[in-house]
Amino acid sequence: MDNLIIAGKAYSSRLLVGTGKYKDFDETHAAVGASGAEIITVAIRRTNLGQNPDEPNLLDVLPPSRYTLLPNTAGCYTVDDAVRTLRLARELLDGHTLVKLEVLGDPKTLYPNMVETLKAAEILIKEGFHVMVYTSDDPIAARQLEEIGCVAVMPLASLIGSGMGILNPWNLQIIIENANVPVIVDAGVGTASDAAIAMELGCDGVLMNTAIAAARNPVLMASAMKKAVEAGREAYLAGRMAKKLYNASPSSPVDGTIAGSLQQKDRDKS
Amino acid sequence: MIQLIVNGQPQRFPVSPAETGTRDTDAAALNVTQLLEHMGLQGKRIAIERNGEIVPRSKFDQPILADGDQLEIVVAVGGG
Repeated sequence: MDNLIIAGKAYSSRLLVGTGKYKDFDETHAAVGASGAEIITVAIRRTNLGQNPDEPNLLDVLPPSRYTLLPNTAGCYTVDDAVRTLRLARELLDGHTLVKLEVLGDPKTLYPNMVETLKAAEILIKEGFHVMVYTSDDPIAARQLEEIGCVAVMPLASLIGSGMGILNPWNLQIIIENANVPVIVDAGVGTASDAAIAMELGCDGVLMNTAIAAARNPVLMASAMKKAVEAGREAYLAGRMAKKLYNASPSSPVDGTIAGSLQQKDRDKS
Repeated sequence: MIQLIVNGQPQRFPVSPAETGTRDTDAAALNVTQLLEHMGLQGKRIAIERNGEIVPRSKFDQPILADGDQLEIVVAVGGG
């Protein structure tokens, strides 16, 4: 089996999905189901004080018994906020330690602050968390995060929620070639071909949210993403043919065509 | 009554007579289970932080909440 192994646990799906921005829990449930994802991200937020107490809970729709929940630190701009958020998540999820760390540096681009991300990752790892970490596509930052013990590095393909696709495949490739932990493209995927390209580059997985949730038909896009990730992975494993810039190479036999036979006859007559 | 800052908002909560009978008002304390009942959150999947520290479920029945405490009560929501 070609499994994705994260922190010692095997997953058959290499597509990880977020649960934000859906119309309602029914759509969340249907899209997550169609994606085939086993690891799904959730955010940790204050309870709404005026909330209807009977309002359904996300964890009822996506039970931790069925999915590996990946609590995130979306919206955290400091080490302290990120660490506290994940401590709360661990308590909320009965001691669950697999988390997605992101420490942002700028509200407009949601670009990660790598200095703060490294500090937060160090604290969390010391406290026993298994940290999957959102990072810029800087190969050195990715290497440092791996060195301090992150269980997966998750470089952006382009900005969170932008749908701009894989903007720097060369950097991703450097990260992939040097990494000894799974490399998961997190953020920027816009459509199925982007996911396939990420996998063809050799990424171990792809994490996305908006590309599915903001599609006109999220459930259908979730299914498309599942296939794209599988197709990209198979293409990567199969090993693509070499590109030939100038020399075309026919797919059919060169010999035995009837081409030119009439001209040959004309030449014999003369 | 004691005042707690819950999710950034000051809120007043009554302290049960049994508690106030045994303590002076300043030291009046509430436990988390009672607090969650007041808020209609009993039995919900939540996690609580008090003054920056996690309150484990094992401490929900201990009268640890005191006037001025800063609490964060969180749930899991959709996110990417």
